[in-house]
Amino acid sequence: MKLKRPSDLKKARKAIRLRYDPEKTCVTVCCGTGCIASGARNVAESFRKNIDKRGLRPRVNLRITGCHGFCERGPLVVIYPRRIFYQRVRVEDVKEIISQTILKGEIIERLLYVDPTTGKKIICEDDIPFYKKQKRLIFGNNGRIDPTKISYYIALDGYTALAKVLYRMNPQQVINEIKRSGLRGRGGAGFPTGVKWELCRQQKEKPKYIICNADEGDPGAFMDRSLLEGNPHSVLEGMIIGAYAIGAKEGYIYVRNEYPLAIKHLQIALKQAQDWGLLGKNILGTNFSFKIKINRGAGAFVCGEESALMASIEGKIGEPQPRPPFPAESGLWEKPTNINNVKTWANVSLIINKGAKWYSRIGTKTSKGTMIFSLVGKINNTGLVEVPMGISLRKMVYEIGGGIPNGKKFKAVQTGGPSGGCIPARLIDLPVDYEKLTEAGSMMGSGGMVVMDEDTCMVNVAKYFLSFTRDESCGKCTPCREGIKRMYEILDDITKGKGKESDLKLLKELAEIVKDSSLCGLGQTAPNPVLTTLKYFRDEYLAHIKDRRCPAGVCQDLIRYSVIKENCIGCQLCNKVCPTKAISGKKKEPQRIDQKKCIKCGACLEACKFEAIRVE
Amino acid sequence: MIKLTIDDKKIQVEEGTTLLEVAQKLGIEIPTLCHHQALKPYGACRVCLVEVIKGSRVGLVASCTYPAEEGLVARTDTKRVKRARRLSIELLLARCPTSEKVRELALELEVKKTRFKEEEEECILCGLCVRVCEEMIGKSAISFVNRGADREVTTPFKIESSECIGCGACAYLCPTGVIKIEDVIKYRRLDFWNTKLELKKCKICGRYFIPLVELEYLKDKIKSFEEIELPEEALEVCPRCRRKILSDKAKEFIGG
Repeated sequence: MKLKRPSDLKKARKAIRLRYDPEKTCVTVCCGTGCIASGARNVAESFRKNIDKRGLRPRVNLRITGCHGFCERGPLVVIYPRRIFYQRVRVEDVKEIISQTILKGEIIERLLYVDPTTGKKIICEDDIPFYKKQKRLIFGNNGRIDPTKISYYIALDGYTALAKVLYRMNPQQVINEIKRSGLRGRGGAGFPTGVKWELCRQQKEKPKYIICNADEGDPGAFMDRSLLEGNPHSVLEGMIIGAYAIGAKEGYIYVRNEYPLAIKHLQIALKQAQDWGLLGKNILGTNFSFKIKINRGAGAFVCGEESALMASIEGKIGEPQPRPPFPAESGLWEKPTNINNVKTWANVSLIINKGAKWYSRIGTKTSKGTMIFSLVGKINNTGLVEVPMGISLRKMVYEIGGGIPNGKKFKAVQTGGPSGGCIPARLIDLPVDYEKLTEAGSMMGSGGMVVMDEDTCMVNVAKYFLSFTRDESCGKCTPCREGIKRMYEILDDITKGKGKESDLKLLKELAEIVKDSSLCGLGQTAPNPVLTTLKYFRDEYLAHIKDRRCPAGVCQDLIRYSVIKENCIGCQLCNKVCPTKAISGKKKEPQRIDQKKCIKCGACLEACKFEAIRVE
Repeated sequence: MIKLTIDDKKIQVEEGTTLLEVAQKLGIEIPTLCHHQALKPYGACRVCLVEVIKGSRVGLVASCTYPAEEGLVARTDTKRVKRARRLSIELLLARCPTSEKVRELALELEVKKTRFKEEEEECILCGLCVRVCEEMIGKSAISFVNRGADREVTTPFKIESSECIGCGACAYLCPTGVIKIEDVIKYRRLDFWNTKLELKKCKICGRYFIPLVELEYLKDKIKSFEEIELPEEALEVCPRCRRKILSDKAKEFIGG
């Protein structure tokens, strides 16, 4: 069915909504990558079988959705219309859910989420603090949509913005609206999106291209992935509107090959959008035509950098190019090109639908709208969270994140991916927006947020991130390739107890100059972990260097394990788990650790139930 | 024409001129390593950095790639510039401590020794060889492989190249001299590229003088220039003999 005019879209939406009675029971199973990993596919399949077997089809719908964000608690099942939220659901629970909850309306207590702060069980999805404190403008529909069916997206006002733009706005008006909204690039640099579009629109050269950057490469980050998997049409709609505003006929989505589900859902979405006349020739019956191709990336982190990404699409080595010229002037195949991140594109239809004025009221003075973070590390509620710009780190960590597990002390949070900086606990009231994060020595990046507790060694953290950027630097320019390698070497020495006090000065000098003189964003930001840990955690560096001591007890060369005789009851569990047979002793007597044999793996510490292993 | 200022010297240049070219016009010396006037600017070595002031923004840019802009003010001698150039050369000195070219430039920039652990590399990864092979010769027989600290230049799969014609342009441009080419009797050995090519024997003196594949490549190239008509035997003799034939002909002509 091809939609030829806005009224066709309205009619189609009406028809779809009639088919989906909101009062009808609907079981939604989250099949985002996180939940799939914990077994959601089998749960969904079991629901399908059991619903069919019991002949419940006419009364009960089953919907497989994208990521809801609360990956920590997966597989997630939400039952509409009451929005009953069941977590960590297993195949064995399915029959009971059907017979108790769906047929009798009874709640199964053991599957409910327990608020760790109050200890209370929560029934409704909306009441869970993790969701309640968020503002899920972009991400909210993920849980309500079957991403493989365009009808769900259309039912939720999908493609309304596109119809509005094509029939009631000219390209300049679209650009003005985006400019007024204050939307800034969600890929990290935060360049004003409307200004970028306008620069590209003003170019005389043709054809023009637009690109969606879905080469999400930060360790632990999966918000772009979840959006593409869970709501691909929201990204496509943004791209089509952008193409209309800029004057492009062709677009690319550069997505990692490591995201097979995202690619599959994108392929389905592209096909369906075309079939419905929302993509391809004469979109919605207008003269405007636009097509999108998927380009799969081969797993180089640096290809997320825009100029390297375009080189990669052209079939060249993914190496950044110096700017100017900027992509808007000379990008893909030396033609004017506009490139935006997945999340940026997903914001577009929202702005068009609700208006720039409404949008610009969310967030802070300089950073508008919401941002999706992947909240990971030493945090109770791991997952994807969408919050208004300007929210404090405290709210992120304690209210949404539910605090630090096992009662440990919060130490730092690292934002912005491997090139971001570590923000210490004392800055916990820092509002999260582009400027404030940069001032603190970190950055927004594409939304990574790694929480660290007292057991994290900050020198080791810096070393970890540097090892990542060392391997992922393209190696083209001297400061990035050689400089990161040297910083890593120095950090490695420090963690092995071979550091000198003069190393800190050299490390700082290296970090500053690499940041100042590298060719692209990778090298210009890679020293951030070093600079921020030097600034905020200097005492930890000094402990490693002067006292040959790792205060967090992480750096293997600086720690030793021993048995606390008073606590040891001689259960010999440590003895059994020790992989090098370094632990000896008689049963029911305190054990001994042979330091020569000990490889400091920490297995004994984990196994001991009597706190009888000491780390020094 | 574009007006700009470098080190307080004002100048007008054509659009598309790089800051490095502008500086050269003004007689301001800027060191370079990965730059060659015959090749496209690359911006990798970072020893040609200069400071650019645009409104309130001050930043370091590679002068070899940065185009002249109207009203731009650049400085080549600030502390920030010197500090950045010195670190880049110090890093290269640690990578290639035996390279003459790097040592020379390090001395020039007052870097006496490196504070980093010395390695035994000889290639500074300037990419001149890769670029000349692609841009001027049109073969792309060699390329960068791997990323980050593991980056190197080599042939595909590090095996004998089926594309290399043994022209030697890479060795000619290599600033460190690590690419060595040697003719051993009837073969040209390019050990750095794991490649050995058979040479053509001169019809007159019997000396081996050009790789067979290079000769074929040249013949093909020449075909595309219609205005050049070369006698068939012209490429069958070595340059020395060719000169001799020519000078003999000239002598005959002059009547000497």
